[in-house]
Amino acid sequence: MASADSETRPGAREPLQQEPIPQAVKIIVAGGFGAGKTTMVGSVSEIAPLSTEELMTEASYGVDDTGGVEDKTTTTVALDFGRITINEDIVLYLFGTPGQDRFWFMWDELSEGALGAVVLADTRRLDTCFHAVDFFERRGVPFVVAVNRFDGADDYRVEEVREALDVTEGVPILLADARVRESCKEVLVELVTHVLRVRSPALSG
Amino acid sequence: MLAGDAPGGSLVRPYTMTRGRTRPSDFGPPLDMITIVVAARGRDDRPLEPEQREIVRLCRRPISVAEISARLDVPLTVVKVLLGDLVAEGDVRTRAAVPVTQLPEKKVLQAVLDGIRRL
Repeated sequence: MASADSETRPGAREPLQQEPIPQAVKIIVAGGFGAGKTTMVGSVSEIAPLSTEELMTEASYGVDDTGGVEDKTTTTVALDFGRITINEDIVLYLFGTPGQDRFWFMWDELSEGALGAVVLADTRRLDTCFHAVDFFERRGVPFVVAVNRFDGADDYRVEEVREALDVTEGVPILLADARVRESCKEVLVELVTHVLRVRSPALSG
Repeated sequence: MLAGDAPGGSLVRPYTMTRGRTRPSDFGPPLDMITIVVAARGRDDRPLEPEQREIVRLCRRPISVAEISARLDVPLTVVKVLLGDLVAEGDVRTRAAVPVTQLPEKKVLQAVLDGIRRL
């Protein structure tokens, strides 16, 4: 099988005692616009959340008097992310999904190879995370739902959220506060524990 | 105004740096957002374009493609093209993320769990 590392390419330059390179893994933090994704990333990241941009060429359709005219434009999609160094060999990246629905296509690239996902639910607008739940279910990406408790938001019970989102008993749902580091840690621990549980029959090593 | 009129903070058209190329050369491994890149040792003598020099400087410590993009305020696609050239010349080395078709190993997941608990 072809390796995706540059290390193994044939005829590579003679290495000068090159040090080992760590491996990266990623977790996705999804949810509607304003659900607290970047806040959660920032609460656990060892660096201030960074923002990277992807250029997208997309067909745009005229909405004014040029009606029906199709044009190609380059759009930038911003992705916020943070980093947690796990040990010498593993670095964990947390990526927030773009909030706007029109950048839905970015989710494919984001979810490729992802260890799992956190769906941040905003109780004031539970419907904004329907898409995320649906996407991860269809893609078979293990996920947990974290209900972000905003000040003044109605206190929902977990079972009410489960019913509203229509997720099975197998998917953990927990209450969280995206601003609080300990709370976000708890969400990530719950997620990785869940991943280990659902993946274990198929896992190697 | 079109959203595409304002790509980040740069005044330079993004693909100018890549001489118009929008994809990395076919040489070398595909680069993911979380491919980790590190500068190869013993390559300090080679003359590089300013953007490439910046990338190599950032890669003195292992760093992801996404992080290079964010730190330099250069879009991911452009960074991937520039990195492709550096990989081809042997200026940087990379380690790919877990391939799409494979599940992460149990020991990796366990290490991640332990690492999060230690935070």
